[in-house]
Amino acid sequence: MKFFFHAGQYFSLLYRVFSKPEKHRMYFTKIFTEIESLGINSVGIVAIISIFMGGIMTLQVAYNMENPIFPTYLVGLGNRDTLILEFSSTIMGLIMAGKIGSNITSEIGSMKVTEQIDSLEIMGVNSAAYLILPKIIAVVCIFPFLFILSVFFGLIGGLIVGPAVGAVTAADYLNGIQYLFVPYYVTYSIIKTLCFGFLIATIPAYFGYFVEGGAFEVGAASTKAVVNTNIMILVFDLILTQLLL
Amino acid sequence: MIEVKNVYKSFDQKEVLKNISTLFYKGKTNLIIGRSGSGKTVLLKAIVGLHEVDSGEILYDGRDFTRMGQKERKGLRREMGMVFQGGALFDSMTVEENVRFPLDMFSEMSIAEKQKQVDFCLDRVNIKGAHQLYPSEISGGMQKRVAIARAISLNPKYLFCDEPNSGLDPETALLIDDLIHDITLDLDITTIINTHDMNSVMEIGEQILFISEGEMCWTGNKEEILDTENQKLQEFVFANKQYQQVRDEKRRNNPEKI
Repeated sequence: MKFFFHAGQYFSLLYRVFSKPEKHRMYFTKIFTEIESLGINSVGIVAIISIFMGGIMTLQVAYNMENPIFPTYLVGLGNRDTLILEFSSTIMGLIMAGKIGSNITSEIGSMKVTEQIDSLEIMGVNSAAYLILPKIIAVVCIFPFLFILSVFFGLIGGLIVGPAVGAVTAADYLNGIQYLFVPYYVTYSIIKTLCFGFLIATIPAYFGYFVEGGAFEVGAASTKAVVNTNIMILVFDLILTQLLL
Repeated sequence: MIEVKNVYKSFDQKEVLKNISTLFYKGKTNLIIGRSGSGKTVLLKAIVGLHEVDSGEILYDGRDFTRMGQKERKGLRREMGMVFQGGALFDSMTVEENVRFPLDMFSEMSIAEKQKQVDFCLDRVNIKGAHQLYPSEISGGMQKRVAIARAISLNPKYLFCDEPNSGLDPETALLIDDLIHDITLDLDITTIINTHDMNSVMEIGEQILFISEGEMCWTGNKEEILDTENQKLQEFVFANKQYQQVRDEKRRNNPEKI
């Protein structure tokens, strides 16, 4: 019963979020602010995580392909496809749900408990649309770029670590990452990132918007938001993989 | 004028407002007083539509707010200004941006006109040299004054203040009370203030509604409140010994009124 209550409340919130804005210019300005705070400010962590992820993947693929019948360039291919198909979209989505999701819940939740949302409502502003819509647009727009950056840095990570530990030569690795490239894998993963971006913006916003109480409840709502977003990302990963691959 | 008619409100089977009916007059500072938990904040939030009432009517100059659709409500809300207990200023905006926000959102003024209005509002509440500071960088009293400036920036017809002087020292509290009273007279608006501060009551209480346990117990003004025969109101007013002395002195000077 609780699930249906939350699902109903979530969709009624989305209905308010996608209703006509009061003044388009105000929303437009806010979208750019959100792109900076939620997207651009995440580039650093995406780069660091991806470099390590790519490096570790390269080592693991190389370890599993020690048999001389496998050409070493397959290490590059394995790293590339793993990054494109799963790691740079889903794993990055899970990590971003923690970073961006908790940020969104705590920001909106704090505004709720300090009556800033009530204040918007009293002015006649659709608080749901004003606070949440720019975040959705910002995260959905920026997420495919973060995915591409993640793949790029992941491949760089493999290029650094693979030759450095002697698992694969740089030439073989570069040959491998270009071998049997399937462009549809990128399309598939970009579709996933758009979906994950929507979940990462809306589920934490929902938990923040309906929080009641004080700082303790905002913290608890942040945790719930991250856990639920992660679960929904995995559920949608399964559904989209079945549908698209 | 705002008229509240037979308003009931409950949360999870618990009745918080029971048959409240009263009038709040234009050009006067109307006070809702009562102990903590008596239902005064719920009443104020019901009047502005932040809580939906279970039954009853809330009439803004004859327009029933409870029966309005979302679009009509939005229109009416642009005639309202509200000062929340904690100020509720937007943390991410400077003082000036906070006051300009309603103008940016709803007015068609030019940038120069908006700036003029922002300066006027901040000047009206005696905020000087803090235009570019963030709410976290100013004192509680200043936050309340900025909140008042924001509330009056669109020249509202109705001003609501939820415990505007809570958490402030007596001197600053008095300044805030006087400011709200002066603004009410200057703009000729209907102002409703929620408070449990007897100093405010005696300073600006032109029309007072006392509620206890969600029920309307007494209405009157600051001149009448000390002579009340209402037991619950007496307990509330004379909890502060200072007002017992004021009443006793008043009775000594006018023995025929006893």
